[in-house]
Amino acid sequence: MALIISILEQGLIYAIMALGMYITYKILDFPDMTVDGGFPFGVVLAVVMIRGGVPPILTLPICFLAGCGIGTVTGLINVKCKVRDLLAGIIMMTALYSVNLKIAGRANLPMYDYYTIFDNSFVNSIIPAPLKPFKTVIILVIITLVVKYLLDWYMNTKSGFMLRAVGDNDVLVTSMGIDKGKVRIIGLALANGLVSLSGSIYAQQQCYFDVSMGTGTAVIGLASVIIGTNLFKKVTAMRVTTSVVIGAIIYKACIAIAIKCGIDSAYMKLISAVLFLMILVFSMDRKKKVKAA
Amino acid sequence: MLELKNIQKYYNPGSVNEMCLFDDFNLTVPDGQFVAVVGSNGSGKTSMLNLICGSIDADRGQILINGRDIAGEKEFQRHQRIGRVYQDPSKGTCPSMNILENMSIADNKGKKYGLGGGVNKARTDYYRDQLKILGLGLEDKMYTQVGSLSGGQRQSLALLMSTMTPIDFLILDEHTAALDPKTADIIMKLTDRIVHEKKVTTIMVTHNLRYAVEYGDRLLMMHDGKIILDQTGEDKKRMDPDHIMHIFNEISVECGN
Repeated sequence: MALIISILEQGLIYAIMALGMYITYKILDFPDMTVDGGFPFGVVLAVVMIRGGVPPILTLPICFLAGCGIGTVTGLINVKCKVRDLLAGIIMMTALYSVNLKIAGRANLPMYDYYTIFDNSFVNSIIPAPLKPFKTVIILVIITLVVKYLLDWYMNTKSGFMLRAVGDNDVLVTSMGIDKGKVRIIGLALANGLVSLSGSIYAQQQCYFDVSMGTGTAVIGLASVIIGTNLFKKVTAMRVTTSVVIGAIIYKACIAIAIKCGIDSAYMKLISAVLFLMILVFSMDRKKKVKAA
Repeated sequence: MLELKNIQKYYNPGSVNEMCLFDDFNLTVPDGQFVAVVGSNGSGKTSMLNLICGSIDADRGQILINGRDIAGEKEFQRHQRIGRVYQDPSKGTCPSMNILENMSIADNKGKKYGLGGGVNKARTDYYRDQLKILGLGLEDKMYTQVGSLSGGQRQSLALLMSTMTPIDFLILDEHTAALDPKTADIIMKLTDRIVHEKKVTTIMVTHNLRYAVEYGDRLLMMHDGKIILDQTGEDKKRMDPDHIMHIFNEISVECGN
């Protein structure tokens, strides 16, 4: 039971990050490595703000907006400086490592005994005693659903149509008299906003920041997106965003089961990498065939 | 009115592969004219369209629309008044979106793409009527992903989408070249109807000499970055494909191939 709750908690938090990666990877066809720096950026901002007395609920929109800022910078590097997508992300990821360290002031920063979105007087009074163990999951389900529906709504606006069009056929966007570079920047901003938002929620569940906690986030996100979109490809009635959320939970379940089977947790990242490779190979999601040397 | 004045364009300047495409190229297209452009490969037809649309920049010279120089405008800014249909049918539509969504995008051209609903339900019937005119049965496939349509269907849709909103220029870049002869005929007839209904100034590049003779008010033949034949009105009506083919062969002989 505890295992299931832990999988759901982790899965739902990472689902929000995966929704961001869905925008970059699936819609914009942009493998965005910024995430490895943007996720802990959300964590450290939330931890520092809560330690500084900012109401926990306020850290969510603030981290979202700060993440949008990061995404905008990645977008500007890619669009205006004409740096390749993967490199633009790696540049940002590297830069953010120092930024995160500077904000925290040291390599790790705990946040125990502070009120969080999961633990405050309002939540504690509203949730009845028998549901207490599921408190975190319930709140996460609500947040993830709200984010998912907002994203669904956005994708069906005119602006969202342009975002979908730019990844699909950017010639059409130019034909409509719209700057495709600007649309890409908006997409990256939105995606990284979601990633940092996810980080700020993770911070309040884990109650600490560690400077290396972002390593491998992009792999988790991409794996979730690919699992979700491939597994439910045939289910047309289901929205892609729903598939991505479920994909994130399935991915976390796979990792949790691997560790439960007795694999040393030091191998965590190795398992993630191997799992990701397996997903890529089996889903045949590779658009370009790898050239034989 | 569209004017290209003293256009100069070099490819790979400063290298051993330096090639002069245009040297003092001039063209004036009055409002409402339907110009058909023919010419061999590498004669500069598509480069001319790219210069007008801003896909490439001229090294020297002016591009004027109604007397105003648009050289400083970016490609996407120029497209606010230009509709363009490409040779490749997949360039004019979004494959992962359905017909209704594609038409809604095109219908909003020139306005803001903000946070309003992407699809305007009230316009659905209008879109359906427009599709009905094509006679391809697309009006019953409003919710079909465009990627699953045939090349001819996609090109018809692309043509419709490029002319949905008021535009000053319609640029057709070998837009029938990738289609089978029957579909190409349908698209060409549709093009002619749209051009005349909307009275839009049109420049059509084609390799089909018959289309160049049959359609349009003016015929240009290009060779080596120069206009070597320019006929309008009665002169154009007297042209026939064989005659043009003859001129074509002559220039080829001069080049030695």
